[in-house]
Amino acid sequence: MKYLIRHLGIWAVAIALCAILPVIFSSDYAISLLSQMGIAIIFSLSYNMILGQGGMLSFGHAVYFGIGGFLAMHGINLIAGGTLPIPLELAPLIGGLGGLIVGILFGWLSTERSGTTFALISLGIGELIAASALLLPGFFGGEEGVSTDRMVENTITPFDFGQQIEVYYLIACWMLLCIVLMYLQTKTPLGRVANAVRDNPERAAFIGYNTRMVRTIQFALASFFSGIAGGLFAINYEIITAEMIGAIPSANVLMMTYIGGIGHFFGPIIGAVLVTFMQLTLSGFTHAWQLYFGLLFVSMILWAPTGLAGIIMNHEPAWKAGLMKKLIPSYTRATLAALVMFLGIMTLIEINYHLSLSIHPKDPMSLFGISFKAQSPAGWIIAIALIAVGFFFFKRGKNEVKNSWMDVHQAIKTGGK
Amino acid sequence: MSALALKLRNVRKNFGSSSIINGLNLDVIKGERQAIIGPNGAGKSTLFNLISGFYQVSGGTIEMNGHNITNLATFRINRSGLSRSFQVTNIFPQMTVFENIRCGLLWSMGYKYSFWHLCNQVRHLNEKAEEILERIRMTQRRDLPAGLLAYAEQRALEIGITIAGDAEVILLDEPTAGMSMSETERAVELIRDVTENKTLLVVEHDMSVVFDLADRISVLVYGEIIATDLPEKIRQNQEVQEAYLGKETL
Repeated sequence: MKYLIRHLGIWAVAIALCAILPVIFSSDYAISLLSQMGIAIIFSLSYNMILGQGGMLSFGHAVYFGIGGFLAMHGINLIAGGTLPIPLELAPLIGGLGGLIVGILFGWLSTERSGTTFALISLGIGELIAASALLLPGFFGGEEGVSTDRMVENTITPFDFGQQIEVYYLIACWMLLCIVLMYLQTKTPLGRVANAVRDNPERAAFIGYNTRMVRTIQFALASFFSGIAGGLFAINYEIITAEMIGAIPSANVLMMTYIGGIGHFFGPIIGAVLVTFMQLTLSGFTHAWQLYFGLLFVSMILWAPTGLAGIIMNHEPAWKAGLMKKLIPSYTRATLAALVMFLGIMTLIEINYHLSLSIHPKDPMSLFGISFKAQSPAGWIIAIALIAVGFFFFKRGKNEVKNSWMDVHQAIKTGGK
Repeated sequence: MSALALKLRNVRKNFGSSSIINGLNLDVIKGERQAIIGPNGAGKSTLFNLISGFYQVSGGTIEMNGHNITNLATFRINRSGLSRSFQVTNIFPQMTVFENIRCGLLWSMGYKYSFWHLCNQVRHLNEKAEEILERIRMTQRRDLPAGLLAYAEQRALEIGITIAGDAEVILLDEPTAGMSMSETERAVELIRDVTENKTLLVVEHDMSVVFDLADRISVLVYGEIIATDLPEKIRQNQEVQEAYLGKETL
């Protein structure tokens, strides 16, 4: 509690942000986007409890999200029917508890070892549950899934959840609660020892810990939060299908978390916000959005494995020393060059998408309002020229960035003396 | 005879067809500091790995304070009061020095798998950690990531983690390997200090350390203990000299 009070500032900002955002961005689209972000934030933070904190690379985290979602869905139907005497606002908790129980079971099965063994078992469990979804139509609803109507009698708030904004506020409350709990969990003995087991399981056994038990509990807690996210998904969409427990959402949460950065608590929050935003907006602009998303993911893994949070935190010393201004010019130049390069790549991708996927590939295509024929060599030449020019300046820019960093390091060192 | 902290009887260990430990017997008396010496490849580290449950024995029994601990899981052996360091430095490199020690305390102070305490709020846990830091003389380094410490400091930290759990029996595997003379001296002093009123079993190559620290010495050759005695007796033992020490060393 003392802890919460000391950090009240940050939490107050977070609460204010959650309250104000839908007022600023008040379109239906924006509010449903914000709702999705809230769910994604819980989901990816829960994923980072096992990946970042526990060092377990899971390919099946959506299982707990999905099962939580289905359970909450059935729960809401029972609430609507009056058989389950709890208010709708607590329905995500059904999902959470479901995730927890399944998480204990599968966690114990898969956490004997971390590393490859764990990753493969998680993949296997994911496939297993996804496959059994069609075998258990009573629970998973077959191909059409399970749906509900969230406008039930039993609520504790004055909301009837007929409007998206009401759902948004419910999601925001759960999200804030989950963030606080997950954050505090990193400060508990279990949270610390999960790090210890990740870094050095041998040593952890010699301070008295059963590493498998540590992993299992950590895993189960992560599954609990994942289930809550699933429960919120159920309320938000009022429908859930077996796809939500499959490989695609599992891969999605992995990428969100990784792009955001697994080494810092807030990393997955950034990742969830960014990736959800990209997925919803990019898909409206281009059919190739998954390709761009893949490019982003691969580039992050290759050149910024610490994720966005890692990049941000790398700048902390420079920021504190007031030296950011030394970095910004070279950053700007390198970024501009990278954008030119990306523009070229993008043109190539779009031309090829048009050629192979469009119904009338002979029709002219349009890119940034410029209309041209995909078959004409001009587009290709311009694209390749852009890539070449961008690449040339990017390489120069990269050196400049390196040099300005060296200056900054030097300045910090001498400033320290 | 005084009570035994460790009692190994006819312990054997094979890796495939090669036999590393051949029917080894060893007694470690409660409260003594015993050193194990022996030529390279004699099986000293293997022996440590067997006692600490890191390897499963191929035969024989290991008792600690009268309880059979043969082939128990490592964490169970640790919980029943045995702690060890490793030949290769084995710390939590990404955590701070303070966190390393505090992690070493969590289980023994009863926090186990708790996810309802906040470590920073538990005063006696943090005080105990500070106290151990003080003892291993690393208070200055408190907030540094352990991976950035100098080698000798990492070894000292490992000793700190090893003793944090308040184990009665402590196994140290070459605690001064790779240290300079002055570092070694400080390490020996530290080990002597932290193993006060505990049982210590140490593997060490540096003979000055061994003779300085040990109450008794066991000589391990080809997977068998060929002698266990007081340091001066070991020094004079003909068999030991032939097998291992060589005349010029002494």
